Amino acid sequence: METSKNYRFSTFFTEIIMILIALLFLVPFYFLFVNSVKSFGDLLTNAAAWPKAFEWGNYQRAWEITKFPKVLFNSLFVTIVSNLLLVLFSSMTAYRMVRHNSRFNRILFALFVAAMVIPFQSIMIPLVKVTSTVGLMNSHYGLIICYLGFGIPISVFLFHGFVKSVPIEIEEAARVDGSNAYGVFFRIVYPLMRPMYVTIIILNTLWIWNDYLLPSIILQNSSLHTIPIATYAFFGQYTKQWDLALPALVLGITPVIIFFLLMQKYIIQGITAGSVKG
Amino acid sequence: MNRKSSQMMQQFIFVGPALFFFMLIIAAPFLLGMYYSFTEWSGASKDPVWIGFANFTKIFTDDPAFLKSFTFTALFTVAGVLLTNLIGFFLAYFLTKPLKTKNLLRTVFFMPNVIGGLLLGFIWQFIFVRGFASVGEVTGLAFFNLPWLGDETTAFWAIVIVFVWQTAGYLMVIYISSLNNVPTDVLEAAQIDGATRGQILRSIIVPLIMPGVTVCLFLAISWSFKMFDLNLSLTKGGPFRSTESLALNIYNEAFVNGRYGLGTAKALIFFIVVAIITSIQVRLTKSREVEA
Repeated sequence: METSKNYRFSTFFTEIIMILIALLFLVPFYFLFVNSVKSFGDLLTNAAAWPKAFEWGNYQRAWEITKFPKVLFNSLFVTIVSNLLLVLFSSMTAYRMVRHNSRFNRILFALFVAAMVIPFQSIMIPLVKVTSTVGLMNSHYGLIICYLGFGIPISVFLFHGFVKSVPIEIEEAARVDGSNAYGVFFRIVYPLMRPMYVTIIILNTLWIWNDYLLPSIILQNSSLHTIPIATYAFFGQYTKQWDLALPALVLGITPVIIFFLLMQKYIIQGITAGSVKG
Repeated sequence: MNRKSSQMMQQFIFVGPALFFFMLIIAAPFLLGMYYSFTEWSGASKDPVWIGFANFTKIFTDDPAFLKSFTFTALFTVAGVLLTNLIGFFLAYFLTKPLKTKNLLRTVFFMPNVIGGLLLGFIWQFIFVRGFASVGEVTGLAFFNLPWLGDETTAFWAIVIVFVWQTAGYLMVIYISSLNNVPTDVLEAAQIDGATRGQILRSIIVPLIMPGVTVCLFLAISWSFKMFDLNLSLTKGGPFRSTESLALNIYNEAFVNGRYGLGTAKALIFFIVVAIITSIQVRLTKSREVEA
């Protein structure tokens, strides 16, 4: 909607104001990083100042206490496996629902859409009962199965909208050439849906990676902990020991910040695409 | 294999897994929850006892903490939704102008959103407790010397500040894409007719981006109403349960107090309220959507 492409004084003025606001937005990160390398005494006397000396040892201690490599691996494992299964099952289901528009599939789709309104907190208590009855408690696989359940409605919904825009003629041509339903899906439809896969993987990754509540209910054993629950447990134990807590927080946010900076373009596209459909 | 059984097989392979996980993780707990909300039940291992409407009667007549968390959540939602949307729109409006640092600025404003609420809450806990105090010492501004997390009013606003910082960038992205869809010729025509910037904003831009507004309001309402992580890591609902969100109240009822039956009854009420509010909002804003 840009009305004028000229870079005028008013544009320059706007730019300066926006940069100042952006700096204000970054202040929390400044506090976090600067204080994570201070000694406890330095941190208490002046939290806003530049460190007197850089205590990189803080990071080493936080790395060991949080068992960071283990916790990072847990987060990666749960996020990656959940994502792969989610996109596989959701895209297949959405494809079938669009191409085979039976009564059963229509009702099921309506159920998926309706379920997206249910807040997680509304079903977490009976979910504990269900997961413990079927033996999903205290395991990564149990947690992943929960993510499949919660992620399927929205993922199917997004794929569903996309499949409808895929022209059926190409599939018919493949059929004529002798391909069966599975071949059509994996050789023809799957490559066409790739942009949607990226969108859904990004939306689900940000959600699953940062989720605290579900893993805190499912995983009791601390060797299974993901980054958010490990961080929470760490804070319970080391309350107000900011010289340990801040480096732990920096370690905790680094992977997702790197992911964001690498995938920025797709993240923004994904959110735009997701919001238009949602 | 004949045609019919091959169709059955396809249905089973393509839809089966999704249906299975949906039934197990969402449908079954949802239906069980309806049943449990009429029971007294003290934990996953014990059996629930049917007690009729007693949980609901208790919640509405004899549960000041629930009402308090309801009020907090409602007020928080009003403040959170208004501020995130205003700021999100404001950022988007200026970032659709031809600024040289546009892309960098978008990245910065969006960044808080990729970090989970729990970690953000802990980061800000440090800033409120130590960071603000030291800024206050240097500048002498009273604003920074307030007991940010220790007082009922300031703790409320502390959570609002963090929430806005976290979510405004996300709404900004949606508003930017809506603003980019506003046709340039309509804006130029208005400019030639002598409309002021305020008039263009009010009478042309806002009506044309209503689909974006619908989405942003929906997201902001459901995020604020379901707030849990920030709440837990920033204040744990304190001081004196004054900042306990509904979601945290439900969590505490079940997993801290061990009253699962009462917790599921609260959770059912929570679901109904979220469903009603969001559907009213979507209906209201959808009716205002226009096409260029």
